Amino acid sequence: MKLAIFGGIYNNYLALEAAIADARARGVDDFYCLGDLGAFGPHPDRVFPLLKEAGVVCIQGNYDDSIGNDLDDCQCGYTDPRDNHFAQISYEYTYRNTAPENRRWMRDLLTELRLEVDGIRFLLCHGSPRQTNEFLWDSTTSTHFLDKLARDHNADVVLATHTGIHWQRELSEGRRFVNVGVLGRPENDGSTNVWYTIIRTGNDLPKPTGSAPWDSTVNNTPIQIEFIPLAYNHERLAQEMQDEGLPEEFINTIRTGWWTTCLEVLPSRERRAGKW
Amino acid sequence: MSSLPTSGNVPHVELRSLDELWFQVSGTLCNLECTHCFISCSPHNDSFSYLSLETVAKSLEESIRWGVKEYYFTGGEPFLNREIVPILERTLEYGPVTVLTNGTVLKAEWLSRLRDAEQRGSYSLEFRVSIDGPTPATNDPIRGPRTFERAMKGVRLLVEHGFLPIITMARTWDLSEDERILEEFRGVLKEQSCDRPRLKVLPRLQIGAEADRSEGYGQHDRITPEMMQEFDESQLICNHSRVVTDRGVYVCPILLDAPDARLGETLEAAAVDFPLSHGACYTCYQYGAICTNLSAAKSSTT
Ligand code: SF4
Ligand code: SF4
Ligand SMILES: [Fe+2]
Repeated sequence: MKLAIFGGIYNNYLALEAAIADARARGVDDFYCLGDLGAFGPHPDRVFPLLKEAGVVCIQGNYDDSIGNDLDDCQCGYTDPRDNHFAQISYEYTYRNTAPENRRWMRDLLTELRLEVDGIRFLLCHGSPRQTNEFLWDSTTSTHFLDKLARDHNADVVLATHTGIHWQRELSEGRRFVNVGVLGRPENDGSTNVWYTIIRTGNDLPKPTGSAPWDSTVNNTPIQIEFIPLAYNHERLAQEMQDEGLPEEFINTIRTGWWTTCLEVLPSRERRAGKW
Repeated sequence: MSSLPTSGNVPHVELRSLDELWFQVSGTLCNLECTHCFISCSPHNDSFSYLSLETVAKSLEESIRWGVKEYYFTGGEPFLNREIVPILERTLEYGPVTVLTNGTVLKAEWLSRLRDAEQRGSYSLEFRVSIDGPTPATNDPIRGPRTFERAMKGVRLLVEHGFLPIITMARTWDLSEDERILEEFRGVLKEQSCDRPRLKVLPRLQIGAEADRSEGYGQHDRITPEMMQEFDESQLICNHSRVVTDRGVYVCPILLDAPDARLGETLEAAAVDFPLSHGACYTCYQYGAICTNLSAAKSSTT
């Protein structure tokens, strides 16, 4: 089985379009998205036709819950006043520019999804299986915490997004926690590309070519988790954000690959990796 | 100090999951004697004493089964504990670590060892340095003569070793002054070549020495069952933490002086519901997760 998993899209329809094409070129056409369709970027409504055309199965992120249910803020979970100020600008822009039928569609999305593929139990969620907007960062999440989370939720592989930075951890008995990254904005590493994840299991693994044929096995099934860096027309996105009057700070992130907002929520290790 | 309310039922909070494990690693011993210290720490207050590496190691092992996500170290002043460096090194093998320090006794030699330990593994080591305001004039009357200068020296030392300390301030000013004070502090830190200032304002707790300084809690400052109805319990740290002391496991790092806050010898024994009968509980209720990092702050999904 081959699956492409997308994290937060944040209105970045250009990256979504590029990701679908990129995955198809790699022979993958089962698509999933872990939520947060809106935020940050321009023209929220342009994401939905792409999702529908490609048959992307979506679950609900905190953003989609907020927009879908007409809440006052995005529930991103920031605690710093400056972070909240910028979050509110994107939220109000996104809410204003999302058609009512798309809002209703987001409101009705499921908050989690379970798949059983080649005997492996996948749990797809947004932040964590227990809380939609929980931040699970690589540097502040112990392995035994993730072990318990996977065990408590009867999952072999837990797939999440929400933080905006991809990472994975191997757990006991071959279980995995995977943050699939986001399509919405770059990862605060000075590169303008964004990330998504391809998972291959069983017979769909590539033939061994000398170096590590696959990453590991879960329930005796080989599984490979590949993080894909994705280039897209980020200049065009930046230009459209400018034309829409979105904050300079956001446009700067798209053009440079460094985060300029939502910084206070980063643990020190992830913060040090960035520029600001 | 804390007494039970005279009428009505006391709401109980359950331990939803043990996400954060705290260590009262230097007990109530501190080189300073701040006027607002909520557990009245001082060089002489040994009602709680130092934790040994052995005690910490035992709890770390026990914590695996509970799926503890992060570890916190507090006191008193953690760096008075002679075993603090090996204790933190050991803990970083288990998970992410946050240390709450007053910043006045840090040594370069310890920090380079800790920086190495952090880099050997994949977890964050966070330092939270308590400084009450951007000037000696706001800080020193509370924390003691020259403490601003000494703590800022500690901050510089942390930055020099590649850490990004979070500076926490107890609010001794009006809420509306927050933004001005934060801005002023950012300026002061930038001058000290701390170019990524991380700042956090905490509410004051009116217990311990602070109860003498200000007015303490009134009888009506208690949580009632009605107040809990629409409330997200995860805002209270007793909903997802416990604290290990040399005298057993307590419900939270705030209530060490309360007799009913000691829950038992082990984490197992301490995994029980707790009645929110104390005045300090009222502050937690009003201000939310006051003791955790910004990155760990809980927020509601509903
Ligand atoms: S507030 Fe902190 S630094 Fe001050 S006396 Fe208490 S423990 Fe020591
Ligand atoms: S003081 Fe706060 S954390 Fe401690 S028991 Fe009361 S509500 Fe819980
Ligand atoms: Fe999210």
